[in-house]
Amino acid sequence: MRIDIEWLGEMLERDLDPEQLAEQLTLAGLEVEPVRLSDAGGSETAKPDGVVLDFDITPNRGDCFSVLGIAREVSALDGSRMEPLTVPKVPATVKDTFPVTLVAPAACPRFSGRVIRNIKPGCHSPEWLRLRLERAGLRALHPVVDVTNYVMLELGQPLHGYDLHALSGGISVRFAGNDEPLTLLDGNQITMQSDVLVIADESGAIGLAGIMGGQGTAVSENTRDVFLESAFFSPNSIAGRPRRFGLHTDASLRFERGVDPVQQSRAIERATALLLDIAGGEPGPVAEEVSAKDLPDRKPVSLRLGRLNTILGKRLEPGEVESQLDLLHIAVTREKHGWSAAPPEFRFDLRIEEDLVEEIGRMTGYDNVPVVAERSPRHVGRATEAVLSEERIADALCSRGYSEVVTYGFVDEELADAVNPGADHVRLANPLSQEMGVMRHSLWPGLLLAAQHNRSRQQARVWLFEIGAQFACGADGVRESRVLAGLAIGAHRPEHWEGGARDVDFFDVKSDMEAILALAGRAADADFRQADHPALAGGQSARLMLGDEAVGWLGVLHPRLQGRMGWKRSAILFAMQLERAARARVSRYREYSKFPSLRRDIAAVVDDGVSADRLLRCVRQAAGDALNDVTIFDIYRGKGIDSGRKSVALGLILQDRSRTLTDTEADRIVASTTRQLERDLAATIRE
Amino acid sequence: MASPAGLLEQAQAAVQAARDLAALDAVRVKYLGRKGLITAELKGLGKLPVKERASAGREINRIKQTVVDRIAARRDRLEAAKMETELANRVDVTLPGRGQPVGGLHPVSRTQRRIVDIFAAAGFGVRSGPEVEDDFHNFTALNIPENHPARAMHDTFYLDTGHVLRTHTSPVQIRAMRSEGAPIRIIVPGRVYRRDYDQTHSPMFTQVEGLAVDTGISFANLKSVLYEFVSSFFERDVELRFRPSYFPFTEPSAEVDIRSESGKWLEILGCGMVHPNVLRHVNVDPEKFTGYAFGMGVERLAMLRYGVGDLRRFFENDLRFIEQFR
Repeated sequence: MRIDIEWLGEMLERDLDPEQLAEQLTLAGLEVEPVRLSDAGGSETAKPDGVVLDFDITPNRGDCFSVLGIAREVSALDGSRMEPLTVPKVPATVKDTFPVTLVAPAACPRFSGRVIRNIKPGCHSPEWLRLRLERAGLRALHPVVDVTNYVMLELGQPLHGYDLHALSGGISVRFAGNDEPLTLLDGNQITMQSDVLVIADESGAIGLAGIMGGQGTAVSENTRDVFLESAFFSPNSIAGRPRRFGLHTDASLRFERGVDPVQQSRAIERATALLLDIAGGEPGPVAEEVSAKDLPDRKPVSLRLGRLNTILGKRLEPGEVESQLDLLHIAVTREKHGWSAAPPEFRFDLRIEEDLVEEIGRMTGYDNVPVVAERSPRHVGRATEAVLSEERIADALCSRGYSEVVTYGFVDEELADAVNPGADHVRLANPLSQEMGVMRHSLWPGLLLAAQHNRSRQQARVWLFEIGAQFACGADGVRESRVLAGLAIGAHRPEHWEGGARDVDFFDVKSDMEAILALAGRAADADFRQADHPALAGGQSARLMLGDEAVGWLGVLHPRLQGRMGWKRSAILFAMQLERAARARVSRYREYSKFPSLRRDIAAVVDDGVSADRLLRCVRQAAGDALNDVTIFDIYRGKGIDSGRKSVALGLILQDRSRTLTDTEADRIVASTTRQLERDLAATIRE
Repeated sequence: MASPAGLLEQAQAAVQAARDLAALDAVRVKYLGRKGLITAELKGLGKLPVKERASAGREINRIKQTVVDRIAARRDRLEAAKMETELANRVDVTLPGRGQPVGGLHPVSRTQRRIVDIFAAAGFGVRSGPEVEDDFHNFTALNIPENHPARAMHDTFYLDTGHVLRTHTSPVQIRAMRSEGAPIRIIVPGRVYRRDYDQTHSPMFTQVEGLAVDTGISFANLKSVLYEFVSSFFERDVELRFRPSYFPFTEPSAEVDIRSESGKWLEILGCGMVHPNVLRHVNVDPEKFTGYAFGMGVERLAMLRYGVGDLRRFFENDLRFIEQFR
């Protein structure tokens, strides 16, 4: 909300210093920025050097959406209680009234109306009024509209003016029928349901109550006779509807938060006086329909001094509290432990004790609340080692050359489908754009785009990882899981003076995954199994297994996606489900052997299809407990080896836990290992 | 055959003449080896008359010991000289090292860690929760009923399942208090979503929220914990300003500004005393327990800490940005 500072000064009957006022109000919870109009580009009006106050009013303070409301607040903060505003009554000169029926009195318990006949056509609002409207961000239009807007800004009561001759029968305030249509002032056609409050006449709905009037009954250039509406709509009957129709108007803003339920007739008197000054006219009497039992009930709230002091952490004297409440128009009576406090009609936000505590806090000033450290006992939680922390994972990957990225949780469905065809996406009902339409099913689309962003900015070597949530449709709703994923493209090491650069490959990245598994103490449980993934190139993709659980993927980006990204080099992708893969095994110390180890090498020639995994398993099984470690230190194909076969060089480290192994024992172990390799894997042993 | 004295002189000259360790070893073999000249003298002692044996033996042994010592001394010198020569072979120590460079840790992660670590040190436990939430946890339990104007403060992403993307990490408060009750002190980092996208708003950002519920917790305690946090985070004494504000889930509520080094007030977080309705929703008696809660945007703090002027940098994932943080 914007208002001219002079207008506020006029109501407070003094000059105001913009900066001082802004500071005072901001520290009391009404955020305000003074805007100097000369700074804002000037204006063609007579007062180009004015100051407008730009308020950011919190949703609980509906009472502050007016010059009057702000003036009340400023007075209270100054320590001078502002007396209720008196508005002179404009006597009726004609007898005409227009019938109003409150069909839904709980939603609209008060409706003041007034007929004004014979206003002069072709009149314009005076310059001072137009200026104040303009400075509030409203355009001057017809005098009737201008006057209703002016009173809304001044008193906080939205009004509506109808062309009397466009109304048929009488007005009723009721809920809409199902699918009832209405054409609004702005020409929009809407269809309403039965929880929408409308102003209707015999022809049907003529206005969306508290939000916007209808087109058919609006005042125009030719309007001579006017019917003014000044109603109180309960916040509950308006709240949420502006959002539903996308109509956040000045009126709905106020009604949703609550307008003063006792000033409807006062507002209509104020509007009448202004309108008569501008365009003449003959007012009828103010006719008020009211359902007293449905008006907001201002129940007294009990406020205990002890509770107040406990919550704020400050000792306040009863007299201080009473005078602050009085400045806020809160009527108090003393009770045993404090007070019974009755909030004024215009406050909708003072319902419980804590609300009053906040008022006292505001009036006292938060800066005057002391700073006191807690004395509560400290609870130390479990320092769990059973989960590998995301911090350690991130640190390890950074040390291994990857940079961390943060990509959006939502992605382009088309790209998501290219990565995971046929995936059942979790869809946003109101996405910002198509490119952010579905929740990510995998972190790979985001990583691909992040890599592409960098590749197209001359970054040759792009190694990225992300840790975040991914989303899938599960049997009972959305299945959300924490995932580590990464992408590497470019040289396996930065360019170096020794040369020897090559592109990163499957096995470089595999070692990074293995490092993470090792951090979790799970390296020994992990298996990489040949498997196909639609985003990965057939021959070079693997599924990571931990026991029987599939927990991740590793592979070379499929050429189809590589082409789509516009890359000439291949990229390596990986992903790991953290709920399972980061379930860490806490280390358990095992005594190591103090005796020397022996090394024996075996060169086994096997079929190409025999995996390293099978070979190593066979060796471990055959060599038994004495095998401390086994490595593959060479793989050879070509001259001297039959085609379709390969020679694999295995290094066995043999060691006993309780004594020094003899050469003869070592030879015996090697012999039984080679026999098993020959038998199980059709190996031939090269001497 | 030379006299023993002549032999010593000869051997000493040979030792002195040896230019390297191999030549010295040859000298050792020539005089002291199994068939060496001095060894031969020792073997020849047996042929001497008994009376002469003792003194001749002493003399030969003295000569032998002298040669052994001279060889050892010469070896030490030659070895030292050899090491000198080897050390004179210098590498170009200014050439770059070999191996992987350290990658960048995203400044949001780095900032989130610092925030969490500070509160963890103050006794807060870390909790997390789902990014897809139901209406109850994101709104209703936090005292934001359907149609409440405050819902407009949170432009919400809805899923077609009727769930929402959480607009704050506050639902984790509800989950934690439901399962753990009070007293409780927790810190909750995580991603949140708001349907707002412009120069100063990102549809996804990172929040850290804190909650302490115990007997006798006051607004004065809240001020204390935030003073401590802000000074710890910025590593200097920072001037704070508490402004009354409105959040449906706290009463009283406040926004906190810090005084920047240029003297301007900058908003950094929202906070307040936990609303009794929130405590009732999680079966904590608001007459017995009071509490405070606060929430801050991690990107905002990272911007202030590292001098990043544009929020959008955090989500472009440009390596030229990320690699400035490690």
